[in-house]
Amino acid sequence: MLRTKTADVLFGPVFKNNPIALQILGICSALAVTSKMSTAGVMCIAVIAVVACSNAAVSAIRSYIPSSIRIIVQMTVIASLVILVDQILKAFVYDISKQLSVFVGLIITNCIVMGRAEGFAMKNGVGISFMDGIGNGLGYSLVLMVVAFFRELGGSGSVFGFQLMELDRNGGWYNPNNLMLLPPSAFFIIGIFIWILRIFRPEQLEES
Amino acid sequence: MQENINIFITAVFIENLALAFFLGMCTFLAISKDVKTALGLGVAVIVIQAITVPANNLLYQFFLRDGAMAWAGRIHPSLSTLGNLDLSFLGFISYIGVIAAMVQVLEMVLDRFFPPLYVALGIFLPLITVNCAILGASLFMVERDYTFTNSCVYGLGAGVGWALAIAALAGIREKMKYSDVPPPLRGLGITFITVGLMAMAFMAFGGIQL
Repeated sequence: MLRTKTADVLFGPVFKNNPIALQILGICSALAVTSKMSTAGVMCIAVIAVVACSNAAVSAIRSYIPSSIRIIVQMTVIASLVILVDQILKAFVYDISKQLSVFVGLIITNCIVMGRAEGFAMKNGVGISFMDGIGNGLGYSLVLMVVAFFRELGGSGSVFGFQLMELDRNGGWYNPNNLMLLPPSAFFIIGIFIWILRIFRPEQLEES
Repeated sequence: MQENINIFITAVFIENLALAFFLGMCTFLAISKDVKTALGLGVAVIVIQAITVPANNLLYQFFLRDGAMAWAGRIHPSLSTLGNLDLSFLGFISYIGVIAAMVQVLEMVLDRFFPPLYVALGIFLPLITVNCAILGASLFMVERDYTFTNSCVYGLGAGVGWALAIAALAGIREKMKYSDVPPPLRGLGITFITVGLMAMAFMAFGGIQL
């Protein structure tokens, strides 16, 4: 019983209740970093770490937070964690942290982090909240990595910087689609991702 | 002057926060179902941007940047060690604090002096605190090293650009009610694709140089 609940909390957000595709959360800071898989990967790890730790921290102090100032308390916890992540990235992967520029800071206002702290961690224990954070982080990462995969493959013919299709300007055969490196392609890929997801999961259809 | 006009035009059209940097997407997609509410939110964002970006600029210039607190030494010699501090790592938490405080103050001022505007914007103001576009504009301001005047212009431009984008999207979505969209694409899916097309249209401004 306990095991199934943990598995549910951990894997539910990945497909069944994906934070990006279904709840429209956390798209803000996500898309601009997906033109390369390596930057997207670092962003995913950062977001998973922040969601999981902020969920655990908020859950641990939940009975001491007066409800009138809970948003400020959650914000402070999240902002401190993001500062920590930012400093670690600057220290160990400086190049990637330069490419991510302001988007690491924008994890603070990522609605997933805030939403999970408010919606789940305020009502549940530390362990299960931590798992919920990881699960939602994974759901977010799945969409991010799918988008980054298509954008990098289409835009520069490579995956994780490893050249799969030789570009024509380097004497190969592949003529890269430069639109893939520009912002609009991310919107199209997410739109199509949601479309495909909903064909297989009709219960997620929206009435309109 | 030339430089400021350039910053303004760039912020509104070329580097539109919503369409080129994907900022404020959660509210952008959720609150664009009809034009009237979208405009209300747009105006609220313009006001908050125009206040918080310059405020964060002052905070950065006089407290956070490397050696920013040199002025403390002039007040009293014993404080001169403060001049050696580099507090820029506290940036995130300070900016978000300023934004939250500004939103709160604006809410109270509107409530006291402009009740009709408060009623119109009321529900959007708390939402704005967690709008990435607001924090994003402040972080871009720091990264690009804007002066105080530049940051006033940039804040206004960034707000106007975001408001323009959400008003345009709401207009399109209102018309889309009458179109026959495949069921799995309805709602969120088609909105994403519309925003993608809008972003492509905005890219046409890309070549403008003033």
